Amino acid sequence: MEWFNDFWSTYSTLVFSVGVHALLALSIWLTLSCGLLSLANAAFMGVGAYVSALLTLHLDWSFPAVLLAGGVAPTLVALIIGAPVLRLSGVYLAMATLAFGEVVRITVLNLEITGGPEGLNGIPLATEGWHIALILAVTVYGLARLRRSKVGRAFESIKEDEVAARLMGINVDRYKLLAFALGAFIAGVAGALNAHFTFFISPREYGFENAVDILTMAVLGGTSSLIGPMLGSSILTLLPELLRSLQDFRSLVNGAVLVLVVLFLPKGLWESRRIKAFFKRLKGGEA
Amino acid sequence: MLEQQLLNALTLGSVYALFALGFTLVFGVLAVINLSHGAVFMVGSYAALAMVSHLNAPLWAALLGAMVVSGTVGLLVDVLVLKPLRARNAPHLIPMIATIGVGIMLTSAAQGLFGAEVLRFPEDVMPAGEFMVGDVHVRALEIAIVAIAFLLMAVLFTILKRTQLGRALRAIAESPKAAYLLGINVEGLFHITSFVAAALGGIAGVLIGLNFNAITPFMGQPMLHKGIAVIILGGMGDIRGALIGGLFLGFAEVISKAYLSSQMGDAVAFGLLFLILLVRPSGLFGRKLERKA
Repeated sequence: MEWFNDFWSTYSTLVFSVGVHALLALSIWLTLSCGLLSLANAAFMGVGAYVSALLTLHLDWSFPAVLLAGGVAPTLVALIIGAPVLRLSGVYLAMATLAFGEVVRITVLNLEITGGPEGLNGIPLATEGWHIALILAVTVYGLARLRRSKVGRAFESIKEDEVAARLMGINVDRYKLLAFALGAFIAGVAGALNAHFTFFISPREYGFENAVDILTMAVLGGTSSLIGPMLGSSILTLLPELLRSLQDFRSLVNGAVLVLVVLFLPKGLWESRRIKAFFKRLKGGEA
Repeated sequence: MLEQQLLNALTLGSVYALFALGFTLVFGVLAVINLSHGAVFMVGSYAALAMVSHLNAPLWAALLGAMVVSGTVGLLVDVLVLKPLRARNAPHLIPMIATIGVGIMLTSAAQGLFGAEVLRFPEDVMPAGEFMVGDVHVRALEIAIVAIAFLLMAVLFTILKRTQLGRALRAIAESPKAAYLLGINVEGLFHITSFVAAALGGIAGVLIGLNFNAITPFMGQPMLHKGIAVIILGGMGDIRGALIGGLFLGFAEVISKAYLSSQMGDAVAFGLLFLILLVRPSGLFGRKLERKA
């Protein structure tokens, strides 16, 4: 087990980030699965991170309680802004959620209780590997069940054709709000987990770039299944580590990956049909 | 004091308008939200700086050069990225995501080539001279910025309203398919639009770079957000809206910075944008655009 201890002491942070990023990518997958492009998930993550950190630091709440609060707080925000914002569609929705994210970031930057631009320091370490693994597993299980449920099918039909879905008697507004709020919950929990293993959070971590990173992960992996977002988040978290020697040019690769995937793999890396075809070909070759 | 702030607001607002004009032009003609427009803005200012400091070019030449360089970048983005996506008939969020990637690449390339630190124009290339009008302290630079911005906008308006090219562009904005059937070279005009829009964005970058005399690889990001705010304020794809929205945002920002707090400028822009979207989902002057998501 010695190699494992060595590995863990060097790379545990990286493994933690992969898990948290996977949660975030799943949170945007959920809203995308209902046909909504929301760029608010980074802001929701920030709300979760700050609420949970403040409850730990000032009120000494227990870790499970702050995790829950970290999920509930952004959900409430999503429910409040959801009704008016979700009337918008397509790029207008993306722009409105982007503006909302900026408003959150600037608010956090100017409040006293959040430590302003310096952020919050000395958040006690509480997140352990199994917390992330368990929450990720529960989320994946929950989302897989959701996909196959009536709700998931409603999301799918709204994504394909909103007007047709409405005519079929699906309450489009309510389902959109549900997807938006659930996405906010997952992002908030991810933020709370993240805050309690990095000791330190600041408004810089929840801006536009991060919203884009989350989106990139989901798009890169592919949104046709749950595996895609997790694959995408793993690749984009590990890639910068592998490219350490490139220094300033590191994010150039991130951008290039995004462009190339959009151009050449419109459905993302993990497209169930293509993967199945690949394995079929592999089997055929053996036989 | 108010007059001084109004001058600052006019300077800033005219650059915002110039920047947003290119942004809104691309949306109007190509129906793409080009999120690399902020990075193109940054490229323009670096191009001008490089020409001034390495080639000893005079400022007017650097301005022209910056337009050519950033316009070429815009053209390349259209040919290499947006054109294949058009050919595939990709849903419209896809080109937007692709341009995010382009923006990241340009920003990162600038950071790798020029470093992350703030660069400045040498003092001697700046238009010198300042004078007082009443109580207002006016710099020649500010007059030049406002003049250049309004001149370029006037040229663009004239082209769009009075020429054959402008008519063709407006036809495409209405319906690319119908324009194509009428024998308009749609692809060619998409390329021209991308070039012109990026050139306007690039020169806006030089003007802001001169005004604050600070150039960084990351200067495009906040500008992009401002641009989004402006075209939402003015109605997406609406040329006059971009002008009014840009000036309006410049005034709102400067006034709230002066009378509220320095941080409030940005919050006001986005708070405003957010509120406007809630009340008027297609912008203050926007028409209802029925485009399938």
